[in-house]
Amino acid sequence: MSDTLLQIDNLGVDYETARGDLKALRDITFDVNRGEIVGIVGESGCGKSTLISSILRLTAPNTRFRQGEIRFKGQDLLPLSERRMRALRGEDISIVFQDPMQTHNPVLTIGQQMLDIQHRSKASKAEKRARAAKMLGAVGIPDPEARLDQFPHEFSGGMRQRIAIAMALMSEPDLLIADEPTTALDATLEVQIIERLQELQQQFDCAILFISHHLGVIAELCDRVVVMYAGAVIESGDVREIFHNPKHPYTRRLIDCDPGHIKTRARVLPTIPGEVPDLANLPEGCIFRDRCDQALPCCAHQVPPLTQLQEGHRAACWLNHEEVSA
Amino acid sequence: MTLLDVKNLHTSYGKVDVLAGVSFEVEPGETYALVGESGSGKTTVIRAIAGLAPAQQGSVKFDGREIRGASERELRPLRKDIAMMFQDPVGSLSPRLTIRSLITEPYRIQGMRQRDLDAEAKRLLEMVNLPAHFADRYPYQLSGGQARRVGVARALALEPKLILADEPTAGLDVSVQGELLNLMNDLRERLGLAMVIITHNLNVVRHVADRMGIMYLGRLVEEGDTETIFADPRHPYTHCLLSANPEPDPDARLERIALKGEPPSLLKRPQGCEFRERCPFAKPICTTVPPWEVENGHGLRCLSPMKAGQAA
Repeated sequence: MSDTLLQIDNLGVDYETARGDLKALRDITFDVNRGEIVGIVGESGCGKSTLISSILRLTAPNTRFRQGEIRFKGQDLLPLSERRMRALRGEDISIVFQDPMQTHNPVLTIGQQMLDIQHRSKASKAEKRARAAKMLGAVGIPDPEARLDQFPHEFSGGMRQRIAIAMALMSEPDLLIADEPTTALDATLEVQIIERLQELQQQFDCAILFISHHLGVIAELCDRVVVMYAGAVIESGDVREIFHNPKHPYTRRLIDCDPGHIKTRARVLPTIPGEVPDLANLPEGCIFRDRCDQALPCCAHQVPPLTQLQEGHRAACWLNHEEVSA
Repeated sequence: MTLLDVKNLHTSYGKVDVLAGVSFEVEPGETYALVGESGSGKTTVIRAIAGLAPAQQGSVKFDGREIRGASERELRPLRKDIAMMFQDPVGSLSPRLTIRSLITEPYRIQGMRQRDLDAEAKRLLEMVNLPAHFADRYPYQLSGGQARRVGVARALALEPKLILADEPTAGLDVSVQGELLNLMNDLRERLGLAMVIITHNLNVVRHVADRMGIMYLGRLVEEGDTETIFADPRHPYTHCLLSANPEPDPDARLERIALKGEPPSLLKRPQGCEFRERCPFAKPICTTVPPWEVENGHGLRCLSPMKAGQAA
């Protein structure tokens, strides 16, 4: 068994709002092993962003951690002091954000920003600068020494995202969180970024938690996949199992919806009719029931548990329980 | 008759030639996709067609009439026939107007106030499958997919003949993307609309476009029927673009041809073929400027094209 780096156990997170508590995350359980790339897939509003900000404890003021643990190297992060949390961020856990155009400070040179983030290091300024140049080279920025003196606007979007990755990897973190790092880029750059991430992951041996709604990217990059819907994990498993043998109707239909699957021209593309349920007013039973074409009577009043179906493959659906679906 | 006929369109901002001669035609009821990397000039093309960006040279004929360089006054009646869908769905809606005001604004601008605007709002919302009570909402109360639908409703209000859609599905979830494309396909069939769609999602192009043009540094480098181009891309750049399309299948091992380097600066256009420095198949002959050649409706600007079947 490879050793576990991040272990999320029964995590429940609410947002306090005027309408009552919004149950943004419910019973989230999954692991990330050292050196592994885990993808998190799900549509807008499924709780991906709440999950990342919970791991980093960069949450909005109205966030309430109701239950569960986020263990990083065996230590629960939720009760840690802000000071210890700060020492962890950027050092052991780094993040690459979605929008490369807004990640960097526009009025400082890239070099200055890359020096600033080494504030914990005792190295001399020249050494820090050399390290920054080396990192830029590692993410494929040509002529890195000279480009350190340029400002963010002098780089293209794809380059800026690669710089963001270089900065996130400077401290050689154990866990890199990538929050839709390719969504704002076009297809050719997307491929460049995922190939680069694959290489760097090998080189630095860090684990990556990769958040995306692009199934093609997930299929290409990740070892394991966690599928989220309306604040819950509905399926998780090996990337091949998830794509070839999905055990939750939502996963199956999400894959069917991807036009990349349909090779001949289709007049009508598949969709998932209906809306995500209101998280402040959750329906009884399975959260996907209203949109599910295979719903059973028991789905209306009992929440299906996330059950292990085989080694490493879990799904939360009554259809996998013979005694109920028979 | 050809609905939109763009010939040798040039747009420069100072010394930067953003468009360096773009030509294509769109027939009534046809969907034409413009594809290419960021910065290739796709958005400038449709903005120049709509009169929102300058075009110093060339011609844009709509329904047989020259509209390049038309004054704001001459353009206003034309805007009934040519509608735009902007890239940022929420940003293109005024935050202080209700959805009702937003989707009926085209009638007010075109001096059609005598219409029953409440009824029109209801009809348009219904057309894009939004509930009637959305008329009283403000843009911030909409999701990305709903805001896109409002964008579609607004574009359709005046029953245009042509829609210019800039990245209509960018940032949408796959299921919502499918809904929006189905809606646009359906409306196109019912209303006989022609569309120019900009997208860098090639999976989308395959399902919506009849024909497509591939842009590089402000020029078309290949053009033809969508199916032909997907089956048999001739330009190495097209091939790189098509192979940079991650498949939703972990076992798909693509023979990917990586695109080298960054697009060159428009201020320092390369000599000869402008794609030469990044091209995996460049030959000595590529230092000469490749001409635009059309064979069986398949246009190509390349002196060392891929052979049929080489892409497979």
